[in-house]
Amino acid sequence: MSGVVIGLEIHCQLDTRTKLFCPCSTDYRDDGPNTHVCPVCLGLPGTMPAVNRTAVEYALRVAKAFHCEVPVECEFSRKNYFYPDLPKGYQITQYDRPLALGGYIEIEGDGGLEKRVRLTRIHIEEDPGRLVHKGGGDRARYSLVDYNRSGVPLIEIVTDPDLSSPKEARRLIEHLRATLEYLDVYDPEKEGSLRVDANVSIAGHERVEIKNISSYRGVEKALTFEITRQRSLIRRGVAVERETRHFVEERGTTRASRTKVEEHDYRYFPEPDLPPLRVADRAAAIELPELPAARRERFRVQYGLSPNHARTLTGNPGLAEFFETVAGDDPVLAATWVADTLLGELNYRGRPVGSVGPARFSALLALLKSGRITDRSGVEVLRIVLDGDEHPDAVVERLGLAVTGDDTVSAAIAEVIAEFPQAVADYRAGRGNAINYLAGQVMKKTRGQADPRELGRRLADALAEDGPCT
Amino acid sequence: MVDEGEVRRIAGLADIQIPEDEMPAFTVQFNRILDYFEVLDTLGEAGAGERALHTVMRDDEPRPSLAREAVLANAPADEDGFIKAPRVM
Repeated sequence: MSGVVIGLEIHCQLDTRTKLFCPCSTDYRDDGPNTHVCPVCLGLPGTMPAVNRTAVEYALRVAKAFHCEVPVECEFSRKNYFYPDLPKGYQITQYDRPLALGGYIEIEGDGGLEKRVRLTRIHIEEDPGRLVHKGGGDRARYSLVDYNRSGVPLIEIVTDPDLSSPKEARRLIEHLRATLEYLDVYDPEKEGSLRVDANVSIAGHERVEIKNISSYRGVEKALTFEITRQRSLIRRGVAVERETRHFVEERGTTRASRTKVEEHDYRYFPEPDLPPLRVADRAAAIELPELPAARRERFRVQYGLSPNHARTLTGNPGLAEFFETVAGDDPVLAATWVADTLLGELNYRGRPVGSVGPARFSALLALLKSGRITDRSGVEVLRIVLDGDEHPDAVVERLGLAVTGDDTVSAAIAEVIAEFPQAVADYRAGRGNAINYLAGQVMKKTRGQADPRELGRRLADALAEDGPCT
Repeated sequence: MVDEGEVRRIAGLADIQIPEDEMPAFTVQFNRILDYFEVLDTLGEAGAGERALHTVMRDDEPRPSLAREAVLANAPADEDGFIKAPRVM
Protein backbone atom coordinates (compact mmCIF):
# COMPACT_ATOMS: atom_id res chain seq x y z
CA MET A 1 0.00 0.00 0.00
CA SER A 2 2.12 2.86 -1.17
CA GLY A 3 1.28 6.38 -0.17
CA VAL A 4 -0.64 5.47 2.97
CA VAL A 5 0.45 7.33 6.11
CA ILE A 6 -0.82 6.19 9.50
CA GLY A 7 -0.15 7.33 13.04
CA LEU A 8 -1.80 5.91 16.14
CA GLU A 9 -2.81 7.13 19.58
CA ILE A 10 -3.25 4.13 21.80
CA HIS A 11 -4.91 4.31 25.21
CA CYS A 12 -4.23 1.43 27.59
CA GLN A 13 -5.67 0.99 31.05
CA LEU A 14 -2.98 0.23 33.60
CA ASP A 15 -3.86 -2.75 35.76
CA THR A 16 -3.51 -1.08 39.15
CA ARG A 17 -5.63 -1.93 42.17
CA THR A 18 -6.82 1.64 42.65
CA LYS A 19 -7.60 4.64 40.47
CA LEU A 20 -5.03 7.22 39.39
CA PHE A 21 -5.92 9.97 41.86
CA CYS A 22 -8.05 8.27 44.54
CA PRO A 23 -8.10 4.95 46.41
CA CYS A 24 -11.31 3.63 44.81
CA SER A 25 -10.86 0.05 43.65
CA THR A 26 -10.64 -0.51 39.88
CA ASP A 27 -12.09 -4.01 40.25
CA TYR A 28 -15.65 -3.08 39.34
CA ARG A 29 -16.24 -5.61 36.58
CA ASP A 30 -18.87 -7.57 38.48
CA ASP A 31 -20.44 -4.62 40.29
CA GLY A 32 -23.26 -2.28 39.36
CA PRO A 33 -22.82 1.29 38.09
CA ASN A 34 -21.54 4.02 40.44
CA THR A 35 -20.42 1.60 43.16
CA HIS A 36 -16.68 2.41 42.91
CA VAL A 37 -16.71 6.18 43.23
CA CYS A 38 -15.73 8.75 45.84
CA PRO A 39 -15.69 12.54 46.10
CA VAL A 40 -12.40 12.71 44.16
CA CYS A 41 -13.43 10.73 41.07
CA LEU A 42 -16.88 12.33 41.15
CA GLY A 43 -15.22 15.74 41.02
CA LEU A 44 -16.97 17.04 44.11
CA PRO A 45 -15.83 20.49 45.28
CA GLY A 46 -12.93 20.68 47.69
CA THR A 47 -11.30 17.37 46.77
CA MET A 48 -7.64 16.93 45.92
CA PRO A 49 -5.99 14.33 43.69
CA ALA A 50 -3.20 12.11 45.09
CA VAL A 51 -1.07 10.29 42.51
CA ASN A 52 -0.96 6.47 42.55
CA ARG A 53 2.72 5.45 42.69
CA THR A 54 2.08 2.08 41.04
CA ALA A 55 0.39 3.72 38.06
CA VAL A 56 3.45 5.91 37.53
CA GLU A 57 5.80 2.95 37.87
CA TYR A 58 3.79 0.91 35.38
CA ALA A 59 3.90 3.79 32.91
CA LEU A 60 7.66 4.06 33.41
CA ARG A 61 8.09 0.35 32.69
CA VAL A 62 6.34 0.85 29.36
CA ALA A 63 8.46 3.93 28.60
CA LYS A 64 11.62 1.99 29.33
CA ALA A 65 10.57 -1.06 27.30
CA PHE A 66 10.07 1.19 24.27
CA HIS A 67 13.35 3.07 24.73
CA CYS A 68 11.78 6.44 25.59
CA GLU A 69 13.55 9.30 27.27
CA VAL A 70 12.15 10.14 30.70
CA PRO A 71 12.69 13.83 31.49
CA VAL A 72 13.81 14.73 35.00
CA GLU A 73 10.51 16.44 35.62
CA CYS A 74 7.05 16.04 34.14
CA GLU A 75 3.76 17.69 34.93
CA PHE A 76 0.01 17.10 34.91
CA SER A 77 -2.29 19.50 33.06
CA ARG A 78 -5.99 20.16 32.89
CA LYS A 79 -7.80 19.64 29.63
CA ASN A 80 -11.06 21.56 29.85
CA TYR A 81 -14.27 20.48 28.16
CA PHE A 82 -17.83 19.68 29.10
CA TYR A 83 -19.16 16.20 28.69
CA PRO A 84 -21.27 14.15 31.13
CA ASP A 85 -18.62 11.43 31.44
CA LEU A 86 -16.19 14.03 32.84
CA PRO A 87 -17.50 15.09 36.25
CA LYS A 88 -14.94 17.83 36.99
CA GLY A 89 -15.38 19.65 33.67
CA TYR A 90 -11.73 18.84 32.94
CA GLN A 91 -9.57 15.77 32.53
CA ILE A 92 -6.26 15.55 34.36
CA THR A 93 -3.77 14.55 31.68
CA GLN A 94 -0.31 15.58 30.58
CA TYR A 95 0.22 18.16 27.89
CA ASP A 96 3.49 19.91 27.16
CA ARG A 97 5.57 18.07 29.77
CA PRO A 98 4.70 14.38 29.38
CA LEU A 99 6.18 11.47 31.30
CA ALA A 100 8.21 10.14 28.36
CA LEU A 101 9.41 11.32 24.95
CA GLY A 102 10.68 9.59 21.83
CA GLY A 103 11.46 5.89 21.74
CA TYR A 104 10.31 3.31 19.23
CA ILE A 105 8.47 0.03 18.75
CA GLU A 106 9.94 -2.60 16.45
CA ILE A 107 7.52 -4.53 14.26
CA GLU A 108 7.69 -6.70 11.18
CA GLY A 109 7.14 -4.29 8.30
CA ASP A 110 5.14 -5.14 5.18
CA GLY A 111 8.33 -5.94 3.29
CA GLY A 112 9.07 -8.66 5.87
CA LEU A 113 11.96 -6.68 7.33
CA GLU A 114 12.13 -5.28 10.83
CA LYS A 115 10.71 -1.79 11.00
CA ARG A 116 11.09 0.86 13.68
CA VAL A 117 7.97 2.86 14.40
CA ARG A 118 8.99 5.97 16.29
CA LEU A 119 7.06 7.15 19.30
CA THR A 120 6.25 10.78 19.83
CA ARG A 121 5.45 10.50 23.52
CA ILE A 122 3.84 8.52 26.32
CA HIS A 123 1.76 10.27 28.93
CA ILE A 124 -0.46 9.37 31.89
CA GLU A 125 -4.07 10.48 32.21
CA GLU A 126 -7.35 9.56 33.86
CA ASP A 127 -10.09 7.64 32.07
CA PRO A 128 -13.49 9.36 31.89
CA GLY A 129 -16.69 7.64 33.00
CA ARG A 130 -18.82 5.46 30.79
CA LEU A 131 -21.96 6.55 28.95
CA VAL A 132 -24.79 4.15 28.23
CA HIS A 133 -27.64 4.77 25.81
CA LYS A 134 -30.69 2.61 26.29
CA GLY A 135 -32.24 1.26 23.15
CA GLY A 136 -29.15 2.14 21.13
CA GLY A 137 -27.39 5.46 20.71
CA ASP A 138 -29.70 6.83 18.05
CA ARG A 139 -32.98 6.43 19.86
CA ALA A 140 -32.12 7.20 23.49
CA ARG A 141 -33.53 10.49 24.77
CA TYR A 142 -30.93 10.83 27.53
CA SER A 143 -27.51 9.53 28.53
CA LEU A 144 -26.87 7.30 31.54
CA VAL A 145 -23.55 7.81 33.30
CA ASP A 146 -21.50 5.29 35.26
CA TYR A 147 -18.47 6.82 37.00
CA ASN A 148 -16.86 3.51 38.02
CA ARG A 149 -14.33 3.96 35.21
CA SER A 150 -13.81 7.64 36.02
CA GLY A 151 -10.22 8.06 37.21
CA VAL A 152 -8.84 4.67 36.09
CA PRO A 153 -5.20 5.20 35.07
CA LEU A 154 -4.45 5.24 31.35
CA ILE A 155 -1.32 5.68 29.36
CA GLU A 156 -1.59 7.23 25.95
CA ILE A 157 1.09 6.14 23.52
CA VAL A 158 1.41 8.37 20.47
CA THR A 159 3.31 7.15 17.43
CA ASP A 160 4.85 9.18 14.65
CA PRO A 161 3.12 8.72 11.27
CA ASP A 162 5.48 5.86 10.43
CA LEU A 163 2.99 3.11 9.58
CA SER A 164 2.21 2.38 5.94
CA SER A 165 -0.68 -0.08 6.05
CA PRO A 166 -3.54 -1.35 8.22
CA LYS A 167 -1.61 -4.62 8.65
CA GLU A 168 1.37 -2.79 10.09
CA ALA A 169 -0.97 -0.94 12.44
CA ARG A 170 -2.45 -4.23 13.63
CA ARG A 171 0.99 -5.73 14.13
CA LEU A 172 2.07 -2.72 16.16
CA ILE A 173 -0.96 -3.02 18.43
CA GLU A 174 -0.44 -6.76 18.84
CA HIS A 175 3.20 -6.26 19.70
CA LEU A 176 2.28 -3.50 22.11
CA ARG A 177 -0.35 -5.68 23.79
CA ALA A 178 2.08 -8.57 24.17
CA THR A 179 4.73 -6.26 25.63
CA LEU A 180 2.27 -4.77 28.12
CA GLU A 181 1.38 -8.28 29.25
CA TYR A 182 5.04 -9.23 29.63
CA LEU A 183 5.54 -6.07 31.70
CA ASP A 184 2.61 -7.18 33.87
CA VAL A 185 0.94 -3.77 33.69
CA TYR A 186 -2.14 -4.63 31.67
CA ASP A 187 -5.16 -6.95 31.83
CA PRO A 188 -6.35 -7.82 28.32
CA GLU A 189 -9.52 -9.42 29.70
CA LYS A 190 -10.89 -6.07 30.85
CA GLU A 191 -13.43 -4.67 28.45
CA GLY A 192 -12.24 -1.51 26.75
CA SER A 193 -8.77 -1.80 28.26
CA LEU A 194 -7.17 -0.84 24.94
CA ARG A 195 -8.62 1.89 22.74
CA VAL A 196 -7.17 3.41 19.62
CA ASP A 197 -7.52 6.62 17.65
CA ALA A 198 -5.89 6.54 14.22
CA ASN A 199 -4.75 9.33 11.92
CA VAL A 200 -4.70 8.25 8.30
CA SER A 201 -4.05 9.99 5.03
CA ILE A 202 -3.03 9.30 1.46
CA ALA A 203 0.24 11.10 0.77
CA GLY A 204 -0.41 14.62 -0.51
CA HIS A 205 -3.97 14.77 0.85
CA GLU A 206 -5.67 15.86 4.07
CA ARG A 207 -5.65 13.53 7.03
CA VAL A 208 -8.63 12.10 8.87
CA GLU A 209 -8.77 11.07 12.50
CA ILE A 210 -10.74 7.92 13.32
CA LYS A 211 -11.93 7.67 16.90
CA ASN A 212 -13.63 4.99 18.92
CA ILE A 213 -11.71 1.91 17.82
CA SER A 214 -12.12 -0.24 20.89
CA SER A 215 -10.52 -3.51 19.84
CA TYR A 216 -7.20 -4.20 18.24
CA ARG A 217 -8.91 -6.30 15.61
CA GLY A 218 -10.98 -3.22 14.80
CA VAL A 219 -7.89 -1.19 13.95
CA GLU A 220 -7.18 -3.05 10.73
CA LYS A 221 -10.84 -2.99 9.70
CA ALA A 222 -11.34 0.70 10.41
CA LEU A 223 -8.18 1.71 8.55
CA THR A 224 -8.88 -0.52 5.57
CA PHE A 225 -12.34 0.96 5.22
CA GLU A 226 -11.09 4.52 5.63
CA ILE A 227 -8.29 4.12 3.07
CA THR A 228 -10.72 2.72 0.52
CA ARG A 229 -13.09 5.63 1.20
CA GLN A 230 -10.33 8.23 0.78
CA ARG A 231 -8.95 6.55 -2.37
CA SER A 232 -12.34 6.53 -4.01
CA LEU A 233 -12.86 10.23 -3.20
CA ILE A 234 -9.51 11.06 -4.76
CA ARG A 235 -10.26 8.94 -7.80
CA ARG A 236 -13.46 10.90 -8.35
CA GLY A 237 -11.56 14.15 -7.99
CA VAL A 238 -13.19 15.03 -4.63
CA ALA A 239 -10.94 16.52 -1.96
CA VAL A 240 -10.55 14.54 1.26
CA GLU A 241 -11.86 16.71 4.05
CA ARG A 242 -9.87 17.12 7.23
CA GLU A 243 -12.26 15.76 9.83
CA THR A 244 -12.85 13.40 12.72
CA ARG A 245 -14.79 10.24 11.98
CA HIS A 246 -16.15 7.53 14.23
CA PHE A 247 -15.57 3.83 13.73
CA VAL A 248 -18.80 1.85 13.68
CA GLU A 249 -17.64 -1.55 14.90
CA GLU A 250 -20.72 -3.59 13.91
CA ARG A 251 -20.56 -2.42 10.31
CA GLY A 252 -16.79 -2.10 9.95
CA THR A 253 -17.22 1.42 8.55
CA THR A 254 -16.46 4.97 9.63
CA ARG A 255 -18.94 7.82 9.72
CA ALA A 256 -18.53 11.57 10.07
CA SER A 257 -18.95 12.72 13.65
CA ARG A 258 -22.35 14.31 14.01
CA THR A 259 -21.05 17.36 15.82
CA LYS A 260 -18.39 18.89 13.63
CA VAL A 261 -15.44 18.87 15.97
CA GLU A 262 -13.64 22.07 15.17
CA GLU A 263 -10.18 22.54 16.55
CA HIS A 264 -11.24 22.41 20.19
CA ASP A 265 -9.97 24.99 22.56
CA TYR A 266 -9.18 22.81 25.55
CA ARG A 267 -7.46 25.66 27.42
CA TYR A 268 -4.77 23.39 28.84
CA PHE A 269 -2.94 24.68 31.88
CA PRO A 270 -0.74 23.06 34.56
CA GLU A 271 -2.77 21.21 37.18
CA PRO A 272 -2.57 23.51 40.22
CA ASP A 273 -3.40 20.70 42.67
CA LEU A 274 -0.42 18.57 41.63
CA PRO A 275 3.15 19.86 41.75
CA PRO A 276 5.52 18.48 39.11
CA LEU A 277 6.55 14.85 39.23
CA ARG A 278 10.24 13.88 39.44
CA VAL A 279 10.56 10.23 38.44
CA ALA A 280 13.52 9.91 36.07
CA ASP A 281 15.57 8.18 38.79
CA ARG A 282 12.80 5.63 39.31
CA ALA A 283 12.82 4.93 35.57
CA ALA A 284 16.56 4.36 35.64
CA ALA A 285 16.19 1.83 38.47
CA ILE A 286 13.62 -0.33 36.66
CA GLU A 287 14.77 -3.79 35.62
CA LEU A 288 12.81 -5.10 32.71
CA PRO A 289 11.77 -8.74 32.32
CA GLU A 290 12.52 -10.68 29.13
CA LEU A 291 10.34 -9.05 26.45
CA PRO A 292 8.59 -10.76 23.49
CA ALA A 293 11.31 -10.15 20.87
CA ALA A 294 14.07 -11.51 23.10
CA ARG A 295 12.01 -14.52 24.09
CA ARG A 296 11.16 -15.24 20.46
CA GLU A 297 14.83 -15.27 19.58
CA ARG A 298 15.62 -17.50 22.56
CA PHE A 299 12.88 -19.98 21.56
CA ARG A 300 14.41 -20.25 18.09
CA VAL A 301 17.91 -20.81 19.39
CA GLN A 302 17.29 -22.81 22.56
CA TYR A 303 14.48 -25.05 21.30
CA GLY A 304 15.10 -25.01 17.54
CA LEU A 305 11.59 -23.72 16.78
CA SER A 306 10.49 -22.34 13.42
CA PRO A 307 10.11 -18.55 13.28
CA ASN A 308 6.33 -18.98 13.06
CA HIS A 309 6.10 -21.24 16.08
CA ALA A 310 8.44 -18.98 18.04
CA ARG A 311 6.28 -15.98 17.20
CA THR A 312 3.02 -17.70 18.06
CA LEU A 313 4.25 -19.18 21.32
CA THR A 314 5.64 -15.89 22.61
CA GLY A 315 2.40 -14.03 21.82
CA ASN A 316 1.58 -13.75 25.51
CA PRO A 317 3.55 -14.58 28.63
CA GLY A 318 1.13 -17.24 29.89
CA LEU A 319 1.39 -19.17 26.63
CA ALA A 320 5.17 -18.87 26.51
CA GLU A 321 5.47 -20.16 30.07
CA PHE A 322 3.09 -23.02 29.33
CA PHE A 323 5.19 -24.03 26.35
CA GLU A 324 8.40 -23.95 28.39
CA THR A 325 6.77 -26.13 31.03
CA VAL A 326 5.73 -28.82 28.55
CA ALA A 327 8.66 -28.52 26.10
CA GLY A 328 10.44 -31.48 27.74
CA ASP A 329 12.92 -33.41 25.61
CA ASP A 330 11.00 -32.87 22.36
CA PRO A 331 10.33 -29.12 22.16
CA VAL A 332 9.53 -29.23 18.44
CA LEU A 333 6.78 -31.80 18.99
CA ALA A 334 5.50 -29.74 21.94
CA ALA A 335 5.56 -26.55 19.85
CA THR A 336 3.59 -28.20 17.06
CA TRP A 337 0.94 -29.50 19.41
CA VAL A 338 0.62 -26.30 21.41
CA ALA A 339 0.69 -23.86 18.47
CA ASP A 340 -1.14 -25.85 15.82
CA THR A 341 -3.65 -27.87 17.84
CA LEU A 342 -4.10 -26.74 21.43
CA LEU A 343 -4.52 -23.04 20.58
CA GLY A 344 -7.23 -23.82 18.03
CA GLU A 345 -9.10 -26.03 20.48
CA LEU A 346 -8.86 -23.36 23.20
CA ASN A 347 -9.99 -20.63 20.82
CA TYR A 348 -12.97 -22.70 19.85
CA ARG A 349 -13.89 -23.05 23.52
CA GLY A 350 -13.06 -19.42 24.36
CA ARG A 351 -10.66 -20.54 27.05
CA PRO A 352 -7.27 -19.20 28.10
CA VAL A 353 -4.15 -21.35 28.11
CA GLY A 354 -4.07 -20.99 31.89
CA SER A 355 -7.00 -23.39 32.11
CA VAL A 356 -4.94 -26.31 30.81
CA GLY A 357 -2.97 -28.46 33.24
CA PRO A 358 0.62 -28.68 31.95
CA ALA A 359 1.07 -32.13 33.53
CA ARG A 360 -1.83 -33.57 31.58
CA PHE A 361 -0.69 -31.96 28.38
CA SER A 362 2.79 -33.37 28.93
CA ALA A 363 1.24 -36.81 29.41
CA LEU A 364 -0.52 -36.43 26.06
CA LEU A 365 2.78 -35.44 24.41
CA ALA A 366 4.44 -38.51 25.93
CA LEU A 367 1.73 -40.75 24.41
CA LEU A 368 2.30 -39.17 21.01
CA LYS A 369 6.08 -39.27 21.19
CA SER A 370 6.18 -42.94 22.16
CA GLY A 371 3.84 -43.77 19.29
CA ARG A 372 1.24 -45.27 21.62
CA ILE A 373 -1.46 -43.19 19.96
CA THR A 374 -1.76 -41.71 16.48
CA ASP A 375 -1.94 -37.97 15.80
CA ARG A 376 -5.61 -38.39 15.05
CA SER A 377 -6.27 -40.05 18.39
CA GLY A 378 -4.16 -37.33 19.99
CA VAL A 379 -6.62 -34.68 18.88
CA GLU A 380 -9.52 -36.78 20.18
CA VAL A 381 -7.83 -37.30 23.54
CA LEU A 382 -7.00 -33.59 23.80
CA ARG A 383 -10.63 -32.64 23.22
CA ILE A 384 -11.84 -35.04 25.88
CA VAL A 385 -9.21 -33.84 28.36
CA LEU A 386 -10.20 -30.22 27.70
CA ASP A 387 -13.90 -30.86 28.08
CA GLY A 388 -13.77 -33.14 31.09
CA ASP A 389 -11.61 -33.99 34.03
CA GLU A 390 -9.87 -37.08 32.75
CA HIS A 391 -6.17 -37.90 32.46
CA PRO A 392 -5.00 -38.62 28.88
CA ASP A 393 -3.81 -42.10 29.91
CA ALA A 394 -7.28 -42.85 31.26
CA VAL A 395 -8.94 -41.65 28.06
CA VAL A 396 -6.70 -43.85 25.92
CA GLU A 397 -7.48 -46.79 28.19
CA ARG A 398 -11.24 -46.19 28.32
CA LEU A 399 -11.65 -45.75 24.56
CA GLY A 400 -9.04 -48.32 23.59
CA LEU A 401 -7.16 -45.77 21.53
CA ALA A 402 -3.69 -47.26 21.90
CA VAL A 403 -2.15 -48.04 18.54
CA THR A 404 -3.39 -51.50 17.71
CA GLY A 405 -1.09 -54.44 17.25
CA ASP A 406 -0.64 -56.11 13.90
CA ASP A 407 -3.29 -58.76 14.46
CA THR A 408 -6.21 -56.40 14.85
CA VAL A 409 -5.22 -54.34 11.82
CA SER A 410 -4.69 -57.46 9.72
CA ALA A 411 -8.12 -58.74 10.72
CA ALA A 412 -9.71 -55.39 9.86
CA ILE A 413 -7.98 -55.38 6.45
CA ALA A 414 -9.28 -58.86 5.71
CA GLU A 415 -12.80 -57.90 6.75
CA VAL A 416 -12.81 -54.76 4.65
CA ILE A 417 -11.57 -56.62 1.58
CA ALA A 418 -14.43 -59.09 2.05
CA GLU A 419 -17.07 -56.44 2.73
CA PHE A 420 -16.32 -54.02 -0.11
CA PRO A 421 -15.84 -56.11 -3.24
CA GLN A 422 -16.72 -53.25 -5.56
CA ALA A 423 -13.89 -51.05 -4.26
CA VAL A 424 -11.54 -54.02 -4.37
CA ALA A 425 -12.53 -54.65 -7.97
CA ASP A 426 -12.06 -50.95 -8.82
CA TYR A 427 -8.58 -51.01 -7.35
CA ARG A 428 -7.68 -54.10 -9.22
CA ALA A 429 -9.06 -52.52 -12.39
CA GLY A 430 -6.36 -49.89 -12.02
CA ARG A 431 -8.27 -47.16 -10.18
CA GLY A 432 -5.66 -46.54 -7.52
CA ASN A 433 -7.81 -44.08 -5.58
CA ALA A 434 -10.06 -46.88 -4.43
CA ILE A 435 -7.38 -47.83 -1.92
CA ASN A 436 -8.03 -44.62 0.00
CA TYR A 437 -11.64 -45.60 0.43
CA LEU A 438 -10.61 -49.02 1.72
CA ALA A 439 -8.06 -47.46 4.05
CA GLY A 440 -10.83 -45.23 5.42
CA GLN A 441 -12.92 -48.30 6.17
CA VAL A 442 -10.03 -49.94 8.02
CA MET A 443 -9.50 -46.78 10.03
CA LYS A 444 -13.18 -46.79 10.93
CA LYS A 445 -13.01 -50.39 12.13
CA THR A 446 -9.90 -49.76 14.19
CA ARG A 447 -11.16 -46.36 15.47
CA GLY A 448 -8.26 -44.62 13.84
CA GLN A 449 -5.59 -46.49 15.73
CA ALA A 450 -3.84 -47.92 12.71
CA ASP A 451 -0.76 -46.03 11.67
CA PRO A 452 -1.91 -44.37 8.45
CA ARG A 453 1.54 -44.43 6.80
CA GLU A 454 1.85 -48.13 7.28
CA LEU A 455 -1.76 -48.93 6.52
CA GLY A 456 -1.51 -47.93 2.84
CA ARG A 457 1.41 -50.26 2.27
CA ARG A 458 -0.21 -53.17 4.11
CA LEU A 459 -3.51 -52.77 2.27
CA ALA A 460 -1.70 -52.76 -1.07
CA ASP A 461 0.16 -55.91 -0.05
CA ALA A 462 -3.05 -57.62 1.05
CA LEU A 463 -4.84 -56.69 -2.17
CA ALA A 464 -1.92 -57.95 -4.24
CA GLU A 465 -1.82 -61.25 -2.37
CA ASP A 466 -5.55 -61.80 -2.40
CA GLY A 467 -6.01 -61.88 -6.10
CA PRO A 468 -4.20 -61.06 -9.25
CA CYS A 469 -3.93 -57.46 -10.42
CA THR A 470 -5.16 -57.14 -13.95
CA MET B 1 -7.72 43.59 23.25
CA VAL B 2 -10.52 41.08 23.29
CA ASP B 3 -13.69 41.81 21.34
CA GLU B 4 -17.27 40.71 21.94
CA GLY B 5 -16.98 37.84 19.50
CA GLU B 6 -14.12 36.33 21.50
CA VAL B 7 -15.97 36.79 24.79
CA ARG B 8 -18.95 34.98 23.26
CA ARG B 9 -16.73 32.09 22.13
CA ILE B 10 -15.06 31.70 25.50
CA ALA B 11 -18.43 31.86 27.25
CA GLY B 12 -19.52 29.01 25.00
CA LEU B 13 -16.44 26.92 25.88
CA ALA B 14 -17.05 27.59 29.57
CA ASP B 15 -20.71 26.65 29.13
CA ILE B 16 -22.05 29.91 30.55
CA GLN B 17 -24.67 32.14 29.02
CA ILE B 18 -24.16 35.89 28.85
CA PRO B 19 -27.21 37.98 27.93
CA GLU B 20 -26.57 40.12 24.84
CA ASP B 21 -27.25 43.37 26.70
CA GLU B 22 -24.53 42.53 29.24
CA MET B 23 -21.99 41.73 26.57
CA PRO B 24 -20.38 45.19 26.33
CA ALA B 25 -19.88 45.34 30.09
CA PHE B 26 -18.39 41.83 30.17
CA THR B 27 -16.03 42.67 27.37
CA VAL B 28 -14.75 45.72 29.25
CA GLN B 29 -14.25 43.62 32.42
CA PHE B 30 -12.59 40.85 30.48
CA ASN B 31 -10.06 43.28 29.09
CA ARG B 32 -9.45 44.78 32.52
CA ILE B 33 -8.61 41.30 33.88
CA LEU B 34 -6.21 40.72 31.03
CA ASP B 35 -4.55 44.02 31.89
CA TYR B 36 -3.85 42.67 35.39
CA PHE B 37 -2.12 39.67 33.85
CA GLU B 38 0.05 42.01 31.84
CA VAL B 39 1.23 43.45 35.14
CA LEU B 40 2.06 39.92 36.32
CA ASP B 41 3.93 39.31 33.07
CA THR B 42 6.38 42.09 33.99
CA LEU B 43 7.68 39.74 36.73
CA GLY B 44 9.44 37.70 34.05
CA GLU B 45 9.78 33.96 33.58
CA ALA B 46 10.41 32.95 37.20
CA GLY B 47 7.95 30.31 38.28
CA ALA B 48 7.09 28.49 35.06
CA GLY B 49 8.77 25.10 35.11
CA GLU B 50 10.43 25.85 38.39
CA ARG B 51 7.78 25.02 40.93
CA ALA B 52 9.54 24.35 44.19
CA LEU B 53 7.38 21.48 45.40
CA HIS B 54 7.22 18.01 43.94
CA THR B 55 4.41 15.54 43.98
CA VAL B 56 4.47 12.93 46.70
CA MET B 57 2.82 9.70 45.60
CA ARG B 58 0.52 7.38 47.52
CA ASP B 59 0.46 3.58 47.76
CA ASP B 60 -1.86 1.55 45.53
CA GLU B 61 -4.07 0.43 48.43
CA PRO B 62 -7.85 0.39 47.89
CA ARG B 63 -10.11 2.11 50.38
CA PRO B 64 -13.90 1.90 50.53
CA SER B 65 -15.88 3.94 48.04
CA LEU B 66 -19.10 5.83 48.77
CA ALA B 67 -22.42 4.01 49.14
CA ARG B 68 -24.34 4.27 45.92
CA GLU B 69 -27.35 5.88 47.62
CA ALA B 70 -25.07 8.70 48.76
CA VAL B 71 -23.70 9.12 45.25
CA LEU B 72 -27.10 9.21 43.63
CA ALA B 73 -28.47 11.58 46.27
CA ASN B 74 -26.34 14.29 44.64
CA ALA B 75 -27.63 13.57 41.14
CA PRO B 76 -30.56 15.54 39.72
CA ALA B 77 -31.94 12.30 38.26
CA ASP B 78 -30.98 8.65 38.18
CA GLU B 79 -32.09 5.36 36.64
CA ASP B 80 -31.02 1.80 37.47
CA GLY B 81 -28.00 3.02 39.43
CA PHE B 82 -26.85 5.34 36.63
CA ILE B 83 -26.85 9.11 36.77
CA LYS B 84 -29.19 10.53 34.19
CA ALA B 85 -27.79 13.28 31.99
CA PRO B 86 -28.93 15.20 28.93
CA ARG B 87 -28.43 13.15 25.79
CA VAL B 88 -25.03 13.50 24.16
CA MET B 89 -23.44 11.51 21.40
